[in-house]
Amino acid sequence: MRPKVKFLTNELINKIINEATEILCKLGVEINNQNVLSLLSDNGARIEKDRVYFTEDIIRKALKTVPNSFKLYDVNGNETNDFSGDNVYFTPGSAALHILDHRTKEIRNPSTEDYIDYLKVVNQLKHIASQSTALIPNDVHEKISDSYRLFLSLLYCEKPVVTGTFTIESFEIMKDFQLAVRENEKNLKEKPLTVFSCCPTSPLKWSDVTSQNVLDCAKYSIPVEFIAMPLSGFIAPVTLTGSLIQHTAETLSGIVISQLANPGTPMLYGGSPAIFDVRYETTPMGAVETMMIDCAYNEIGKFLGIPTQAYISLSDAKQLDAQAGLESGMGATLAALSGINNISGPGMLDFESCISLEKLVMDNDICGMNLRMIEGIEPKEDFPSIPIFEELIKENHLLISKHTRKYLKKEHYFPGEVINRANRPRWIAEGKTTLEERAHTEVEKLIQNYEPSCLKSEIKNDLTKLMENEAKKYGQDKLPKRKP
Amino acid sequence: MEILNQISEYLQQGDDDKVFALTKEAIEQDLNPKVILDNSLIAGMNIIGEKFKKHEIFLPDVLMSAKAMYAGLDQLKPLLASKGISGLGKVVIGTVQGDLHDIGKNLVGIMLKGAGFDVIDLGKDVPPEKFVETAKRENAKLIGMSALLTTTMTNMKKVVDLVRKDNSDIKVIIGGAPVSKEFADEIGADAYAYDAGNAVECVKELI
Repeated sequence: MRPKVKFLTNELINKIINEATEILCKLGVEINNQNVLSLLSDNGARIEKDRVYFTEDIIRKALKTVPNSFKLYDVNGNETNDFSGDNVYFTPGSAALHILDHRTKEIRNPSTEDYIDYLKVVNQLKHIASQSTALIPNDVHEKISDSYRLFLSLLYCEKPVVTGTFTIESFEIMKDFQLAVRENEKNLKEKPLTVFSCCPTSPLKWSDVTSQNVLDCAKYSIPVEFIAMPLSGFIAPVTLTGSLIQHTAETLSGIVISQLANPGTPMLYGGSPAIFDVRYETTPMGAVETMMIDCAYNEIGKFLGIPTQAYISLSDAKQLDAQAGLESGMGATLAALSGINNISGPGMLDFESCISLEKLVMDNDICGMNLRMIEGIEPKEDFPSIPIFEELIKENHLLISKHTRKYLKKEHYFPGEVINRANRPRWIAEGKTTLEERAHTEVEKLIQNYEPSCLKSEIKNDLTKLMENEAKKYGQDKLPKRKP
Repeated sequence: MEILNQISEYLQQGDDDKVFALTKEAIEQDLNPKVILDNSLIAGMNIIGEKFKKHEIFLPDVLMSAKAMYAGLDQLKPLLASKGISGLGKVVIGTVQGDLHDIGKNLVGIMLKGAGFDVIDLGKDVPPEKFVETAKRENAKLIGMSALLTTTMTNMKKVVDLVRKDNSDIKVIIGGAPVSKEFADEIGADAYAYDAGNAVECVKELI
C-alpha cells in the first residue's frame, strides 16, 4: 500500500475551488500584458482596463484541456520523469542569488565556475531526477543571466531542466537552445526537455513578462509550472484555507491563459506559497504551515486532474546545520507522502536564496529515503512464512539466505557516505567526521569523478554559437572561461 | 596462473560451485596446495575484505564469498595438513560469564570463520576458566570475548589475568557495547574491535 498524507476533504476542496472561481469572476485579475488581455477577451472574458473578469465557462473549458500527465526526457532523449498519478521526483530548488562556497564556507555571489561545479554534482545524484537552473552566475551580462544558466545546464548535465526566464526577450534564445538539442519543434513537443516556471504576482496579478512567458511556452508546448506565492497574513489571508483559496484562484488564472493559448499545453499545478513570519518579516519555507499549504494545494491540483509541483524540502537555515536537516527532511517526507509530482527544494538554504552543494548531496539521501518510504510495505515471498523461519532456526541467521540476497537492496535503502551509521568507536576510528565534513568530501569526489555529458559535440558547438551571439547582442564579446 | 585468478574471481562472486570445481581441477593439475590457498582463496578474500571496508559490498556478499572459499578450502585442508601446513589458526570466542547477549559475538564468529579461521564458539555465559582451558587444549592462538553489560565486562579481566599468569602467548581480543579501547588497555587485552569486520582485521594482525 502506498502510504499517504491528506489535509483536505473533498468537500473542502470543492468549496475552495468554487470560492476561487467566484473571485476570478467577480473580483478579477490584473494582467499587464496586451496579448493576454486580447486572448482572454476573445474567449469571452470581460476586460476593464487591465482587469480581467473570468467566466465560469472559460475556466471549465481550460480545465478540460489540461493534460493529466506528461513526461520529461534528458538531453539524450531518455525518459526521466513521468508526471502522472502520485509519482514523486525531486529537483534542486531554484534560483539562488548566493552560494555557500563548499571550499571556503563563505556565502557569496556565484560565478560560472560555481554553476559548473553544481552541474557536475547534480548530474551524478541518483535520487534527483532533473536539474534546475538553481543559481544565477553573476559574471555575465545581467540580460543573459537566465539564458546563460540554461546554456551551461544543457552543456554539462544530461538531466532535464526546471528553468524560467527573467525577461520576455530571453524566451527566444532559451527556446532555440532546446530546438538545438531536439533538432526540431516536433521532437521537442514529443520529448519535453524543460519546465518553465511562470509566476503570478500575489495578490491576483500577472506581470507583462511572466504572462507573456505563459503564452510563449504554450506556443511551443513547453511545459510550465505555475508558481503562485500567496504569503499568509501579509498578501494573503492569514488562515491556511484563505491562502489556499487565493493560491487556487491565481493558479487557475494561469491555467486559463495557457490552455486558451494552446489547449493541451503540459503543466504542473505548482507554487511557492509561505506563511509570513511577522517577527522577522520573512517567508519561512521550513515552517510547518508552509508545508501544509503546499501539500493541500497539491490535493486540489490532483482533484482537478493535474500533475503537481511545490517548493518544499528546503530550509531557512543559513548553513548546513540541524535546522537545515530538520526542515528539509520534514518537507521532503510530507511532500513524498502527499504525492507531489515534482518536489523542488534540495540544496537550498536561506529561504530559496542560497545553494549549498554540501546540502545538495545530503538532500540526495533525504530524497532516496523518501522514495523508498513511498514504495510502502509490500509482501515479497513472505507468505507462507514457515520456510523462512525454519531456515532462520536452522542457520541461526539469514544473512546469506536466498530471500535476503534477493530482497536486501530492494527492501533496505542504503544511504551514501554522508549519513553515518557506524557505531561510535568506528566513527571515532574513521576520523570523527561531522556531517558537513562528509558532505564536503562527497562534493569533492563528485566534482572529481564527473564525466562529460554524452550530448553530441555538434550540438554542444551549436549551443555555444547561439550563446556567444546572444551575449554579443548585449555587448559581451566573450563568455567567461569554462572548465572542461 | 589463469586458474588461480579464476578461482579468486568466482570466490569474489560468491559462486561456491565454480570455486569447488576449479579448486578440484587445480589440485588435479598438481598445483601446490599452499599456492592455491594463498593466490586464489586468500587473495580473493582479501579483495572482498577491502571492498567491504569501503562499503562497495555488504555483509551478505562477504559471507557468500566465505562460503565459496570453504568450497575450495575443504578440499585443500587434508593436503595442507599432510604437508604440515596449518590454516590461519584456531580462535576461541564467547560471551563472558553473566551475560546472555550473543548477537554481536555470533556475527564475529561468522566473520572470523568467513576469513578462514577455525572458530570454537563457546556460546554465552562462559566462565573465565573455560575460555582459557579450551584455548590451551585446542592449541588456539586467540580468545575473543564479548559483553553487553557494564556489570559483566569485568569478567574479561579475569580471563586476561588467567592467560597472563600462565605466560601463555594466547592473544586476547574484546568487544561489545560497553567496552572501549581504553578498557582493553586497562585490563591488558591485546586488542579491542568495534565491529565484526574490524574484529577480523585485528585478529589477522594479532596472529
